[in-house]
Amino acid sequence: MPAAQTDASTIDSAARPAKKPRKGGTLYRGNEGMWSWVLHRITGVAIFFFLLVHVLDTALVRVSPEAYNAAIGTYQTPIMGLGEVGLVGAIVYHAFNGIRIILIDFLPGGAKHQKLMFWIVIGLFVVTMLGFAPRHLVNVFEHAAVGH
Amino acid sequence: MTIETVEYPRSTAGKKTNWERVGWAFMRGSGVLLVILIFGHLFTNLMVGKGIQAIDFAFVAGKWADPFWQVWDALMLVLAFIHGSNGMRTIVNDYVSKEATRKALIGVIWAAAIILIVLGLLVVFTFDPCPAGSPAELLPSICKA
Repeated sequence: MPAAQTDASTIDSAARPAKKPRKGGTLYRGNEGMWSWVLHRITGVAIFFFLLVHVLDTALVRVSPEAYNAAIGTYQTPIMGLGEVGLVGAIVYHAFNGIRIILIDFLPGGAKHQKLMFWIVIGLFVVTMLGFAPRHLVNVFEHAAVGH
Repeated sequence: MTIETVEYPRSTAGKKTNWERVGWAFMRGSGVLLVILIFGHLFTNLMVGKGIQAIDFAFVAGKWADPFWQVWDALMLVLAFIHGSNGMRTIVNDYVSKEATRKALIGVIWAAAIILIVLGLLVVFTFDPCPAGSPAELLPSICKA
């Protein structure tokens, strides 16, 4: 039915407002949903590689007290101290966003609130890191200033 | 043409275990436990007292003198490695399209996980807080008795 088709296309173009060209073209931008997923992957991989190293350095307690103390001493330097803030940040984000994923899966209608829950995750992350980072950095830098 | 009967391939009755579903459930169950275990670990090691400054051989020995922390750390080790390795497996499945490479990488991930779980469990449960011949000032106070 060619007539109906013409009709439909006329209505379609009249009813729809002119499309705004999006910045960045057609590249997919998933907003909160996508970025929460990207961050979950990156933090997960980072934590996994730390876990590999952390089991090995802890295993040095089986070698000798001196060997363990030498290894753990490198974790107490200022540069590593900053790295530990990053590591704890990765863990805190991964933990809170993991709970968000569980709530999306199991809460009735959970998927509808995923955006709100993402910002709650960010809020809790900021609060937790404000509790952790200053205290940890004071411990690390006092130690560095005073020395052994 | 009409479809007379609809097959339901999604029915899992009488079929073998769906391991992807088991994995999905494990990630959520272990995830909740790991939040508790790791937050507790970070709090006692980094927040209490002098935090990371206080960590040395004597600190670890003092903790593992208590079976509570041995079990805590062993549970954390096993759950974290399975959870982490399964996450890495998911990522490899997503990005590695060549079948041989994909299988090899997943093999490496699980091999590393098994080796480090065994190593970690041996360390936690065969740990000697008072190794003979070590300087007394490096050892926990329980060794003086």
